[in-house]
Order: sequence, then C-alpha cells, then structure tokens
Amino acid sequence: MSNNISDEFIVICDDVHKWFGKLHVLRGVTTRFKKGEKVVICGPSGSGKSTFIRTINRLEEYQQGKIIVNGTELNRDVKNIEKIREEVGMVFQHFNLFPHLNVLQNITLGPIWRKKTDKEEARSAALELLERVGISDQSDKFPGQLSGGQQQRVAIARALAMQPKIMLFDEPTSALDPEMINEVLDVMRELARSGMTMLIITHEMGFAREVADRIIFFDEGQIIEDAEPEAFFNNPQNERTRLFLSRILHH
Amino acid sequence: MSNEMIRQGHPREMTGPLKWLRDNLFNNWYNGILTVISLFFIFVVSKAGFTWIFFEASWEVIPANLNLFMTGMYPPEEKWRIWTVVYMLAFLAGISAGIWGGIILRFALISTAVSLLLAVLPFESITRLLLLGAAIFLTASLLLGRGRTGWRSVVLWGWVLSFPLTVIMLRGFGESGVLPAVMTTRWGGLLLTLILASVSIAASFPLGILLALGRRSRLPAVSWFSISYIEVVRGIPLVTILFMSQIMLPIFLPDFRIDKIIRAMIGLTLFSTAYMAENVRGGLQGVPRGQYEAAEALGLSYSLTMVLVILPQALRSVIPAIVGHFISLFKDTSLVAIIGLLDLLGIARSIIANPDWLGLQTEVYLFAAFIYFMVSYSMSRVSRRIELALGIERK
Repeated sequence: MSNNISDEFIVICDDVHKWFGKLHVLRGVTTRFKKGEKVVICGPSGSGKSTFIRTINRLEEYQQGKIIVNGTELNRDVKNIEKIREEVGMVFQHFNLFPHLNVLQNITLGPIWRKKTDKEEARSAALELLERVGISDQSDKFPGQLSGGQQQRVAIARALAMQPKIMLFDEPTSALDPEMINEVLDVMRELARSGMTMLIITHEMGFAREVADRIIFFDEGQIIEDAEPEAFFNNPQNERTRLFLSRILHH
Repeated sequence: MSNEMIRQGHPREMTGPLKWLRDNLFNNWYNGILTVISLFFIFVVSKAGFTWIFFEASWEVIPANLNLFMTGMYPPEEKWRIWTVVYMLAFLAGISAGIWGGIILRFALISTAVSLLLAVLPFESITRLLLLGAAIFLTASLLLGRGRTGWRSVVLWGWVLSFPLTVIMLRGFGESGVLPAVMTTRWGGLLLTLILASVSIAASFPLGILLALGRRSRLPAVSWFSISYIEVVRGIPLVTILFMSQIMLPIFLPDFRIDKIIRAMIGLTLFSTAYMAENVRGGLQGVPRGQYEAAEALGLSYSLTMVLVILPQALRSVIPAIVGHFISLFKDTSLVAIIGLLDLLGIARSIIANPDWLGLQTEVYLFAAFIYFMVSYSMSRVSRRIELALGIERK
C-alpha cells in the first residue's frame, strides 16, 4: 500500500469478511474513509454495521480481507492493536463508563496509564474536555449518579482524552431517553465542526443529513448504498434502502 | 404524619411496647403459643447457663493458663519481641487510619477499644500496662498520620515489610545475641493461630486472583492447570492436606526438612487458594463485557485492564464471600491441632490433658470458642462496614 493512499485515507477496508461460527456477518466490505470525513452508517439491526465498526479497533477480529488504520495494518500483533486502539476512540451504546471510578478518573485513566501523561496534566486536560461537553460541574460524581445523557457525554470525553484521530460511535443515542438525545448530538455536532474523523452508527436521520459527508447503508453484511446525504435521501439506488428509509422516516 | 392519621381513624389503637408485643409475638393464637413455649425454653436454658457460668464453673483455669492461651510455649524472657511486633502493627494501623480514615479508622478505633478492654482483664500487671500503652500508642500514631497523604506509599511498603519483620522478630536467628532463635515448635496459642491465619489469608488472596484469571485464560494449558488445581483441591478435605504435608512429605522427601509450621502454612494456603479463586471467578463473571471492551478501546493492555478496571469491580462484588471464606479459614486453622501444632485449640487440648486441670474441658473449650468468636465476629463487622461504605460510594 503506497504512502499517499494512506495519507489521504485514514481507514482503508478491503474485502473484509467475518464469521460468527457459521454465520457470515460481514460479506466483503470494501470502503475507505478520508481524514476529517464524517460518515453515518445505517441499516437494519443484524445487518453487520456494528460488527463492522468494531473491527476497525479490533474489538472484533475478521477472518479475511485487510483493514489499514492510519497507515498500520491490523494483525494479531498485540502491541500493534494497542497502538491502533489509542488512535481510535470509541463511544458505546451503553456508555460503558467504569462505575467504580468518578468522572474525572474515568477520563484520566487512559491518558495516565496508557499514554503515561503526567497526572496533573491529564487532570487539567480532562477538566477542559468536561467543559467542552458541558458538564464541568460533575467531575467528582460517579457514573451512577449521572443521567444517561451526561454519562454518554463523559464517555465521549473519555474517548477524546486519548487524542484519537478517529472516533467511532456505536448507536450513541439509542439507549437514551428522548429528551437527552439532543444534548449528546450537540456534542457530536461540535466535534464534527472541529474536523474530527467520525464514523457514526445512528438512526437519527436528521442528524445524519446535517452532519454526514457520506451515508453508508448496510444490509446482510454488505454495503449496498454509499452516497452523499442529498442523494441518499432523495434518490436511493437500491430497493432495500428505499424500504428502510420509508420505514424509518415515516414511523 | 401517617401515624397521626391512623390514630384519628382508630382512636383506641394501642401504642408503645404493648403494641409491639401484640404485633410481633401475639398477633394470632398459634404465634401466642409459640411465644410462650419459646420463652419457657429460653428461660430454662439461660437459667442453667447463667448458674453454671457464675456459680459452678471453675474459671481459675483461664487466668492460670492465660500465657499459654496467648503465646503457647514462647519463652517468657523473649516476650518483648511479641510486644514489639504488636506495637509495630499498632503504629502501622494508627498511621493508616490517620491517612485513609473511613473503614481503617473504624478498625483502628475498634482495636484500641479491644486493647483497653483486655487491659481490664486479669493479666499480670505488666501485660495490662503494655496493653494500655498499645492503645495510647495507636491513638498517637493515628493523630500523627492525620492528613499526611504524602506518606501513603511509604506506609503501604511498611505493611508489606511488616510480614518478614514479624517473622524475623518472632523467629530470630543464632544461638545467642539480640534475637536468639525461638524454634517455631514453641510458638503457640492465639499467636500461632493468628500467624497461620494471616499468612494463609495474605498468600491465598493474590494466588486466588491469579488462579481465577488463569481459569478464564484463553491459553488451554493455563486454564487446564487452573481448573484441575481448583477441582482437585476442592475435592480434598483440609485435614487430608494437612496430614499429607506433615506425614507424607517427610516420608517421600526425607532429606527435605521444612519447618512444621511452614508446612502447615503452605497446606492452608494451597487449600484456601482454590476457594479464593472460585470466589473471585464469581466476581469476574459479574463484570459486564462492555467494561472489558471500554478498557480495551482505550488501548489498555490485558494486565492494565484487569488491574484498573475489571478486578476492582469483581472483588468489590464478592467482598462478603471473600470475608466469609477468610472467617472460615481462620477457624479452620484449628485443624492444625490434629497434626500436633499447639495453636489455640491445641493449647486448649494440652491444658485439659494436664492433671492439675482435670475435668475442666467445658471452661477451657468455652474460652477458646469465645476467642474464636470474638475474632470472627470482628472480621464480619469489618466486612459489613466495607460493604456499606462501597454501597454509599456507588449509590
């Protein structure tokens, strides 16, 4: 893989296949993501979209194909994987904050132990991030004391504290009460404006239309539609995309 | 408020002790009968017990043998070494209580209260003075440690070092000099019981964690070894393990002479480790997969993930089980009496065997049971405190 391709594309996926036992969940996914690109991934449940973004930071292994993240090919080398995970931030549907640590400790854990950042430095960086996600007054609380929306914002701050080059969002708002969805989406909008590369699985189509540079539609383990938002919503090429959109937009 | 409303609705509602009696003891006819019968039995048993404890029992066997109960055959002229250890531990406990506060503070206060209480008991006057001194010393180190957060790591190292220091102080070396060797065969009583228990607890805790992680390992050799170790040890009674260590080992390895007490410690530790591992495994299974994923997604290595994220959560959820296990391990140390060690129970048996104290089994065993109970009960109180403290923190 030549250097200039890696320079332009921060993630390159080439014919990625994955099986869970006999179940063929990813059936040849090929796509590339540019630096600074915001891509929304959608599709019916069980379509493999979540598995796909989890292969990018190797929370899932794949059996065939190739993924190159920021110039490094994913392989079985543990050091390699840890390095890539440092560069790829991830936000989970269920936040997955560490319940035994307070908000500040949740955020500084990675920088202090993985990046060996000075404690004071990590702390002030964390406070800055909390400011950025709008909950600087909660730094001493434990995750269990926060609302879902606040927890998810802490989770975003935790991922950002590692200064990642890419952020993966795995349905970040689907476990939230409706009135909290916007506070999380606002943080993501701000992050998008700052130029972060973002891959987002979401069913928030308004948000997708507003933020995404590209929308990818997954079905049965394959990308069956890959278009800019305007084209995606107004003129979908694939029958299944049309069906999905009609369901999700008119519910 | 709701009480007032009820009273308005039922103006003749009973209150106070009478109401409590009716609600809890006589709320229908069969509970009334059960209450009367139980009261009768409680009366009969406690009357007999009371009469025996205060009028019939010959308690003089206890003060006369108190030294044996506490330290076994440890030479009286070397007792100062035990006291040095006690003071060292009091110092560490006091400092830690001052620094960390919370549960440790409570524990330190309980220890102070216990030593004050013991100072009232009919020991020799020098012992009572030393106990009083220990209580004062502990309080002083507590005041000294207050707010000294900078000392944390030093104090932790102090605790780690306190183990070898204790052994060196008690065991000593050489024929003469400052610390002449006191053969472990002379260690006994509560001293030996506490040493056996704390060594096997302190050793089996980390070993049990490693074994639990091993059992969940993806490497087949590691998990196979862990599983077979756990299953084999859990299938063998502790007495058998102790007999093996005392009798079989010297037969198989005649040139390989290890101290009897150390062999007992190893036996207890090997036994306890298997149970510890199963407790920890239960905790590990309760940690959701998302926690591993979140830690891995930050780029943390396996060991950092375990130490920083998984184990703190896993252990916290099984504290009651772990302390329960430690309490039973503490009581299980009494099995070493069977292989001829003079721990608290062993001493009790040897006192009974002494013709001077013929026929006083009940008093002697009751006293031993009382000491076992006191230690076990304080352990379970501390565990309860830990649970409460963690519960509040977690909300």
